[in-house]
Amino acid sequence: MDAYVSLFIQSAFVENLALAFFLGMCTFLAVSKRVETAIGLGLAVIAIQVITVPVNHLIYRFLLADGALAWAGLPGVDLSFLGLVSYIGVIAALVQMLEMTLDKYFPKLYNALGIFLPLITVNCAILGGTLFMVERQYDFAESVVFGIGSGTGWAIALIALAGIREKLKYSDVPDGLQGLGIAFIIVGLMSLSFMGFSGI
Amino acid sequence: MSETRKVLIDPLVDNNPITLQMLGICSALAVTTSLLPALLMCIALTSVAALAGAAISALRHRIPNNIRIIVFMTIIASLVILVDQVLKAYAFETSKQLSVFVGLIITNCIVLGRAEAFAMKNGVVMSFIDGLGNGLGYSLILISVATLRELFGAGTLLGYPILELTSNGGWYEANGLMLLPPSAFFIIGLLIWGIRTWRRQQVEKPEYQIHEVHRTEVF
Repeated sequence: MDAYVSLFIQSAFVENLALAFFLGMCTFLAVSKRVETAIGLGLAVIAIQVITVPVNHLIYRFLLADGALAWAGLPGVDLSFLGLVSYIGVIAALVQMLEMTLDKYFPKLYNALGIFLPLITVNCAILGGTLFMVERQYDFAESVVFGIGSGTGWAIALIALAGIREKLKYSDVPDGLQGLGIAFIIVGLMSLSFMGFSGI
Repeated sequence: MSETRKVLIDPLVDNNPITLQMLGICSALAVTTSLLPALLMCIALTSVAALAGAAISALRHRIPNNIRIIVFMTIIASLVILVDQVLKAYAFETSKQLSVFVGLIITNCIVLGRAEAFAMKNGVVMSFIDGLGNGLGYSLILISVATLRELFGAGTLLGYPILELTSNGGWYEANGLMLLPPSAFFIIGLLIWGIRTWRRQQVEKPEYQIHEVHRTEVF
């Protein structure tokens, strides 16, 4: 149990996908202007991340890895080069499915998320989470915890940045730094403070 | 000819994918701790962007509009797999350092963004050049950030010592912060500041204008 708790803390704070690995930066900077939209997108990312990482784990272990097709009587087959195409396909399909489910059963949430749902497909935090899972050889339980942790960490960072940028509108920033420039500097400072978690 | 030149040169400074279009920032920050992986990443991304532009442009009349994103993804993912295999074959050590970031070219918004914005509307050659130009604009930022970080963080360039470190009896005390993630954000932020001071038309309008109150108005 301890191992899972520390994996959660590690993936959510110490190795925060946004602030330590720079994943999902484009959306991170583009959608962090209002706190409400940031919360919506953050929740959607957590949901997708929690589903895709374990599903991709199963696909990797039972279809793609070296010798994974042994259960089908093909022990010598290594399909791992097909990884990228399969993962992105799974992610696109899952996002589409989540979109349809939400539309049917939770129309309110669906309307609140709007355009951000389909955009999650191209959010590199999602594909990055899967690739890290494969690279670090997590087992199934670990990949569930990693999915929850990394999604939560990304969402926390996004919402925190949105809060800061809402206040920042009222401050007097030098012309050249207006908008994107100052956002980068703030993210840098946030990243610096998140590094403080590495002592935990 | 001048049109071609414009498509190729524009993304370098005036319409840079990273500092102005806000595309492809993720990998720009992550692989820049030293120059060699950054260079490889630039080559990988530029070739994927150019080839994907050409391939998508060649197919643009046959791609059904409502499933175009999935078609783009499949084309881009196949190209990335090719690049990944080539890197693993010829530059194994560095490709280990790049870890997941080569795979993440698939979701790099530069490639997808240019496919959507340019390749779907223009001919094969122009789309190839557009991909090349945007890749080069990306490379320009990536290489300058990586040079700064490696030079001041480790005193080396491409692994060769430039500034003598104090630990080797030289004069330069390595700045460890440069190798940590935050410095990448700071450097790009300052770079944007520099470029926008040079090219005034890129400055963003403030969302909220502070109203200056003069003493005379109060009374």
